[in-house]
Amino acid sequence: MSSISTTTDQALPVTVIQRSRGLGRLGVGALWGYRDLLAILAMRDIKVRYKQAALGVAWAIIQPIAMAAILFLFFGKLMGLDAQVAPTPYLVFVLAGVLPWTLFESAVTASSGSIVASAGIVRKVYFPRLIVPLAATGAPLIDYGIGMLVMLVAMLVLGVTLTGQALLVPLMLISLMIGVLGVGILMSAVTVAYRDFRHVLPFLLRLLFFLTPVIYPVTILPEAYRWLLALNPVGGTIAALRSAILGTPIVYSDWMISTCIGLAALFAGLWYFQRAERRFADIV
Amino acid sequence: MTPPAIHVEQLAKQYRLGEGVSAHRTLGERLYGLAGSAYNRLVKRQGAQTSTKRDTFWAIRGVSFQAEPGKVLGVIGRNGAGKSTLLKILSRITEPTAGRATIRGRVGSLLEVGTGFHPELTGRENVYLNAAILGMQRREVASKFGDIVAFAELEKFIDTPVKRYSSGMYVRLAFAVAAHLEPEVLLIDEVLAVGDAGFQQRCLGRMHEIAEGGRTVLFVSHDMGAVARLCDRVMLMDGGRVVTITDPQDAIDQYLRLVADWRRDPSGVFTGPLAQDVRFFDLTVNGVDNNDPRIIRPDQPITLRVVGEAQRAIPDYRTTFSVYRDGVRLLTQHDAPVPTDLPAGRFEATAGLPALLLRPGRYSVGVGGYRDGMREYLWGADLIDFTVTEQWSADYDPINLGLINLPGHGSRITGSRRDALTTADTGSCAA
Repeated sequence: MSSISTTTDQALPVTVIQRSRGLGRLGVGALWGYRDLLAILAMRDIKVRYKQAALGVAWAIIQPIAMAAILFLFFGKLMGLDAQVAPTPYLVFVLAGVLPWTLFESAVTASSGSIVASAGIVRKVYFPRLIVPLAATGAPLIDYGIGMLVMLVAMLVLGVTLTGQALLVPLMLISLMIGVLGVGILMSAVTVAYRDFRHVLPFLLRLLFFLTPVIYPVTILPEAYRWLLALNPVGGTIAALRSAILGTPIVYSDWMISTCIGLAALFAGLWYFQRAERRFADIV
Repeated sequence: MTPPAIHVEQLAKQYRLGEGVSAHRTLGERLYGLAGSAYNRLVKRQGAQTSTKRDTFWAIRGVSFQAEPGKVLGVIGRNGAGKSTLLKILSRITEPTAGRATIRGRVGSLLEVGTGFHPELTGRENVYLNAAILGMQRREVASKFGDIVAFAELEKFIDTPVKRYSSGMYVRLAFAVAAHLEPEVLLIDEVLAVGDAGFQQRCLGRMHEIAEGGRTVLFVSHDMGAVARLCDRVMLMDGGRVVTITDPQDAIDQYLRLVADWRRDPSGVFTGPLAQDVRFFDLTVNGVDNNDPRIIRPDQPITLRVVGEAQRAIPDYRTTFSVYRDGVRLLTQHDAPVPTDLPAGRFEATAGLPALLLRPGRYSVGVGGYRDGMREYLWGADLIDFTVTEQWSADYDPINLGLINLPGHGSRITGSRRDALTTADTGSCAA
């Protein structure tokens, strides 16, 4: 938005405010200076979410369990998908997919509405606006962490052991976060300018949910069409992440395709965001 | 000579009409817009040009000034003069359309108190949140936390969610955080309007200290008393431009002449078909006009009085008074139960609000009149404002949160007395 020159005069920082031209800068350095705000905003979302709930943080554990139980019953048992994924128990299989998907879905949804929801701050104080969608991913990340613990317990109980492949999990989480942040940042800026994205987004996410191998294994599709499932910013990564955890063969090409799409979304998101952010205060 | 703390050169900001209200578009509108402009480009070139010109306005234009370090520069002007836009640009919330501003030192801005306060969080949590939003580091807040709480005098309530605070407590806590910001340049917008007189006094004192400590303060206010006491120099703005930068008393005099102008030249202020036929002047709140502060204790009834002049006899007319808070019309009252004939010549119209009705805060008054089922009317918004202070009593309780105040209380019946009442009732029934 405006440039802060590094020259100092009697150790005073000098701020020059003028219309930014061309691409401008996102100011990653400025972002670092506001890391406390990022942490506090993320903490605020987490605290507020559980403060009024009678069960408090227990919700973070109950939700994935309930979700997995429902999917297990309907898709695993009634529709017979558990036979498709044997010998892996369908419960663990579905948890390993639903958890990262939920992270993606809730983080993108939260980021998308985050700037509008923070209008009160955006209109009254300056700070790098990118903080807002970033902070919105905090609570979903915590939920994901708690969900992972639940899944590890389920694996222990059902006798699924981790293999050496699990060492790839951190790399895959980075891939996943690239997709999550890319789409989230893009949606946050788009939603400010076009409010109807609030209605479009849930529909798109629902569509993407079925195009992502979350409740079903990739193997239910004919081999020639499987690559289609990788054509989304998290699909290939979620499949790879699940394989790494469950010790089934990882489809590296799909993982790479998804990561590249995620990276493209991230760059597009950052580019569009810095273009849009200077008008946020005027139109939000 | 030390360089100025704030150096503003030819700053300008252009808004599209409607921006700041609801400038976000739906996708559909955007598509229509694209189609429309393509059509314009293809079919009628000039039409497109004029429409873009009509849809924009300059909130500020050609604003240049300097603020010396260690001084308090006041900024005054009527509503819409561009003061807030100027502050928004200097605090980097919005970008100027043209011109530049150079600021030496860390900038702290206080455009409202309690930005980002979340009702569910406790006072303590909100202090950290608000401080981080205002640009303080966690360590800095931690070291000043005791001072902040002591300044707000909220030691006992610091772990209570702020949704249980009164508006006064809320403002005290919020201002306490802001008062402990230590930037070299502090930008302050109208934030002291609420809060009891004692606390306002301490805030002004604190601002004075801040300036004494070599920091620069830019202070936007409608409170001429505070401006006169606090500022070294005052900049008067009108219509998006700087009218003058001079010593406080001179600037305030010019401002008051500007404000009083609507009485001499109401043409721009009053709108509607009747504006030619009815003129208003001398609007007062409890007998005080625009030249003096209108501070009202909650236990005082409020009388709005306007002197008007009808250029001709107007049948079926009555005068309308409306009271607004933050742009919300709280209530409307008329000078007569039903419209009646108004003879030509001078008249006086009044409206009265009972004591203990309004909660503490700043209110704005609009005055107008109508006849013939609203088909002919005149209306002038924002003609005068007044502030209701905090003076708590049993009929005016800080915890009675809300937009309006309801004096009195309900009742409670407990334990044995309740049983006694029930038996007594049954007894009387049986008898």
